[in-house]
Amino acid sequence: MTSQTLADGRGPVAHAVVDTRAGSRRFQRARRESQAGKPGAPRTPRGIFDPVLLRASLAPALRKFDPRQMIRNPVMFVVEVTAALVTLAWLGDLAGLTHGAPGEIGRSPGFELQIAVWLWLTVYFATYAEALAEARGRAQAASLRRTRSETIAHRRLPDGTTEDVGSAALRVGDVIVVSEGETIPGDGDVIEGVAYVNEAVITGESAPVLKEPGTDIRSSVTGGTTITSDALTIRVTANPGETFLDRMISLVEGAKRQRTPNEIALFILLSGLTIVFLLATATLRPFGLYAHATLGLVVLAALLVCLIPTTIGGLLSAIGIAGMDRVARFNVLAMSGRAVEAAGDVDVLLLDKTGTITFGNRLASRIVPLPGIEERQALEAALLTSLDDDTPEGRSVVDLCRRRLGELDGRDDSSVVVGERPGDAGPATTAGGPDTTADPAPGREEVAEVIPFSAASRTSGVILRGGSVILKGAVDAIQAELEGDPPPELAALGDEIASQGATPLAIRRDGRALGVIELKDTVKPGLRERFEALRRMGIRTVMVTGDNPLTARSIAAEAGVDEVMAQARPEDKIDRIRREQAEGHLVAMTGDGTNDAPAVAQADVGLAMNSGTSACKEAANMVDLDSDPTKLIEVIAIGKQLLITRGAITTFSIANDVAKYFAILPAMFSVAYPQLNALNLMGLTTPQGAILSAVIFNALVIIALVPLSIRGVAYRAAPAAELLRRNLLIYGVGGIITPFVGIKLIDVIVASIHLA
Amino acid sequence: MTNLEALVQGLTLLAAILLATRPLGGYIQRVMAGERTFLAPVLRPVERGIYRALGVDASREQAWTSYAISVLVFAFVGILVLYLQQRVQELLPLNPGGVGPVAPNLALNTAVSFETNTNWQNYAGETTMSDLTQMAGLAVRNFTSAAMGLAVAMALVRGLTRRGIRTIGNFWVDVTRATLYLLVPVAFVAAIVLVSQGVVQSFNPAALVHTLQGGTQTIPVGPVASQEAIKELGNNGGGFFNANSAHPFENPNGLTNWIEMFLILLVPFALTNTFGRMAGDERQGWALFAAMMLILVVAAVVSTASEIRANPLFPSQVSTALGNMEGKEVRFGAQTSALFSVVTTGTSTGAVNAMQDSFLPLGGLVSLFLIELGEVAPGGIGAGLYGHLVFGAILAVFIAGLMVGRTPEYLGKKIEAFEVKMAMLAVLAMAGSILVFTAIAAVTPAGTSALGNAGPHGFTEILYAFSSMTGNNGSAFAGLNGNTPFYNIAGAVAMLIGRFAEIIPALAIAGSMAGKRAVAPSLGTFPTTGALWVGLLIGVLVIVGALTFFPALSLGPIVEEFLLHAGKVF
Repeated sequence: MTSQTLADGRGPVAHAVVDTRAGSRRFQRARRESQAGKPGAPRTPRGIFDPVLLRASLAPALRKFDPRQMIRNPVMFVVEVTAALVTLAWLGDLAGLTHGAPGEIGRSPGFELQIAVWLWLTVYFATYAEALAEARGRAQAASLRRTRSETIAHRRLPDGTTEDVGSAALRVGDVIVVSEGETIPGDGDVIEGVAYVNEAVITGESAPVLKEPGTDIRSSVTGGTTITSDALTIRVTANPGETFLDRMISLVEGAKRQRTPNEIALFILLSGLTIVFLLATATLRPFGLYAHATLGLVVLAALLVCLIPTTIGGLLSAIGIAGMDRVARFNVLAMSGRAVEAAGDVDVLLLDKTGTITFGNRLASRIVPLPGIEERQALEAALLTSLDDDTPEGRSVVDLCRRRLGELDGRDDSSVVVGERPGDAGPATTAGGPDTTADPAPGREEVAEVIPFSAASRTSGVILRGGSVILKGAVDAIQAELEGDPPPELAALGDEIASQGATPLAIRRDGRALGVIELKDTVKPGLRERFEALRRMGIRTVMVTGDNPLTARSIAAEAGVDEVMAQARPEDKIDRIRREQAEGHLVAMTGDGTNDAPAVAQADVGLAMNSGTSACKEAANMVDLDSDPTKLIEVIAIGKQLLITRGAITTFSIANDVAKYFAILPAMFSVAYPQLNALNLMGLTTPQGAILSAVIFNALVIIALVPLSIRGVAYRAAPAAELLRRNLLIYGVGGIITPFVGIKLIDVIVASIHLA
Repeated sequence: MTNLEALVQGLTLLAAILLATRPLGGYIQRVMAGERTFLAPVLRPVERGIYRALGVDASREQAWTSYAISVLVFAFVGILVLYLQQRVQELLPLNPGGVGPVAPNLALNTAVSFETNTNWQNYAGETTMSDLTQMAGLAVRNFTSAAMGLAVAMALVRGLTRRGIRTIGNFWVDVTRATLYLLVPVAFVAAIVLVSQGVVQSFNPAALVHTLQGGTQTIPVGPVASQEAIKELGNNGGGFFNANSAHPFENPNGLTNWIEMFLILLVPFALTNTFGRMAGDERQGWALFAAMMLILVVAAVVSTASEIRANPLFPSQVSTALGNMEGKEVRFGAQTSALFSVVTTGTSTGAVNAMQDSFLPLGGLVSLFLIELGEVAPGGIGAGLYGHLVFGAILAVFIAGLMVGRTPEYLGKKIEAFEVKMAMLAVLAMAGSILVFTAIAAVTPAGTSALGNAGPHGFTEILYAFSSMTGNNGSAFAGLNGNTPFYNIAGAVAMLIGRFAEIIPALAIAGSMAGKRAVAPSLGTFPTTGALWVGLLIGVLVIVGALTFFPALSLGPIVEEFLLHAGKVF
């Protein structure tokens, strides 16, 4: 879900499910479009089973067998060593150099070979999962890299002339001039000129963006984007290789991936468990000797590999890489995996009111007639004054009047309610709204002359063909022009509206006050539900605004945020963050301006808007390329999803061991203690078959869980207790039951084709 | 004893523990925090005197490293002194039986055993130890080793619950307070109650009596009641007599049996409440209580169900109404013996009122498994709480906590790499000690020659011995002659690992958690109260324990059970 769905109110935004799987569709679409005309360009991965990627990962997975690389993953390293030992044992027995003790289970070259093959496959499935996750990242990076191709930069020299250099020669502090149609060669801040820039390569949004110097949100440009009109003088803010695109590429590729603190802790747990199972398996040989049962290397190796947490051990890096990839697909550039995980921990959200919670425009929300005036009269007058008012405010008045008039007429005739979306509760928005100038709406022909707004009169309006004058404007300005005493209700109504944080506009027709238009800063639709979802996740939202407390509270109540910080100055934000942190909260915030930078840096998760200043982007640990502040919510969901996926597969992996014991132990002791066959709950056919089936299951479960680890476990916004219950049931209890079924099925197949 | 009577005994015991947990938990919390309690007028001067004598500044707290060093110094000085005392006991007073010096490797084993709260006994107390060794050596360790466990538990809880303080308490103060305000007064009252029921308390030499058949019999007596009270209260378990709580002078009747079980369970369960109070939410404590109690109750039911069966191989002419009575006291019956065995192995007490070796395989399995869970249901005094927190809470929070989508946290503090590393170290040390020593013993003559039985039963004897010593339980499966150089020395090492490879990581966790910023609770926080958490805690404890020891157990009691029904015994 992107800002688009929010802004036009189309999406069923919240209903408690935050779908983080899809990524930014707009982004992907734009990418595909940009690639359409370039034959041979790498395709952006679509599904997990994109055959191109599946094939491309086959060879890199083999390269990961290098023990020097493998040792970084102790669990899989143990499997690799075990596979090598079993292979040696097979060779030894095959060549007749070694042989087993009488009655030793599984001591035939045919069985040993099968175990060896499946152990190597276990390693391969794990490296394949990692290679696949990396390939997805690389494919995404490749499409980015093409935009980074060497361009020519016009560097301005101290004497004012320019020289042409390759973009790789640019350094921080250089000043360059870029003209219409050229690609901006590097990241920088605009210092001169006003121009439109197409940023589709980063944001996927094809509409050009205005850039000008000295503003907080429009002065930074990104390398790779193109100027569509005019020219800009830019001061370079990043050296080649350190630009935004470069960082994004290296992150999605997973090249510079460092393990996050949570991953390290999990690796320690898994390594510890591996040693415990190594002990449990290794001591079984002396225990067996005591019981006059000779347990060979192959059988013990099979048990060991089944017990150690290979499922999570094999998928852990894939989960991490895919998590970063998911964030990137959402068009958010996270500076580290740590930042994404921190997002999952956040429990306080600081959100700016303007632009994040509200549209930032004042829109007409109701029109109140004065006593003795028919509503229709007031509405028609308001409509007429606004027909030629092309501001968002004016258009919103037109929209509101049309809808209300339509309702009064009891019709839902679309000829009257042009462009209206039926059933839309809130005031209509400007985006995609009706084109009023081309609209043959009733009333237009009545207008003879438009009186534009003037700061002196603080009113605007129209003169009708009949000579009537309709004006709208500030209440006191309208009052001053009335014939006779102004009705007391007018002032009262104006005060009431003002007290709610809205702006009253009075309407007058020929010296008679008709009513008041209420203009309100409007809360984006769907936000209330999203805040509700956040609340269920245990996350508190704080709205930050420079408005007075009264206005702020009214907007807050409408949006459903938990707390308000009114009349906030930039430095108040950082104080608030420090205070929350001292109380043990983890705080996330969004920012764009330079004066947001300290607070963004102080926050545990700071999401900067790509449209914001370089200073702010430097301070943040994430940058949203779409500049959509509400995306913080999805980032939090992705962070949580990443941790849940790890926890779920860990739990599943450990729970799996129960069944494997019941499969392998009776088989191992089938000669020494045939009575232990009572533990063969699955009724597996032969001892060798039982061991082989457990090993096959153990290998296949890795490949079966690759889609889950790359896509992530479905995340729903819910309290922790609910998530825990659900996930424990699925991955804990399910993890105990699944292998009983799986091993049994494999055993049936193994027995039917006489593999063992 | 009928099943109904046994049920009533079990339920009254449960009720009494439930009733005692809150008040005693609160009392311990106040005592350990140095608050004034009703015993203060009498004991405060004593406490101050001890600090003055030790040169301890009671107001100065220690960092975890300093605390750990104090624990180690205290323990190793204690081991050394006790070792020497045994070696020269014939030169010391209060030796009415005139027993000689204890052999070096046995003295080492015994010194370590009592200092680590294990009370594994490779000797018969009445014929090996002088009264002075029993009272001034062994019984003193019964107090101090219990106090040490409690102190470490308090240090860990402080670390978990403190906000903005990096220290975790003062070891010397904790040991002093635990001994003075808790163990001594309760043991004192309990000893008097036990004496009233016929438990012996005497400095006389053994009585020589002439039997009706004309023979003579030596009946040893001694200061039994005073040692009996702390033996149970401090989860020590080392009996004055070789027969331990099966001996009529230690445990004369059903009432004393009930009282002894009550004393065993009293403090370990009360500490859960102390924990809850220190965490600022008693429900946190009740969650641990529930997890411990549920495991214990299920174990008691399984063990009793096993022991009320008669041996299936008995011919049909033999009455089977009493259940499996081999190695059991008639005054306790099969049910109460089973209950006692669960109580004593669920805590790390190790006292016995029946011979574990003679339990049917399933009954033996229950005791063995309770020990191998890491002595956490409810575990030894203090040791149960810190074991439960390290093995259970921290690992459960870490494994499952990720599934709520946040960095796992317990009591508001994040569980990170260091804590996981320490918890895994403790798990590894315990699993390693049990499995490796058992493996060595199973294939070496030094190990197998001491066995009383062959086959899986003999294997269980070895496994039980090293589980019991590593778990600092101290109960013996008998059958095994532990007084050999191999078992004495390997056992001493196992007991030291079991004690200190758990204490040091626990203190390290305490130190690391103490310094952490606490996270405020919210709906997004992993709830560590309530039924779900209790279930998770039990699940992690049981599954991790079972996965580690299932192969070994299946070659011991499990296969023996199947073989028994196939008509094969050992």
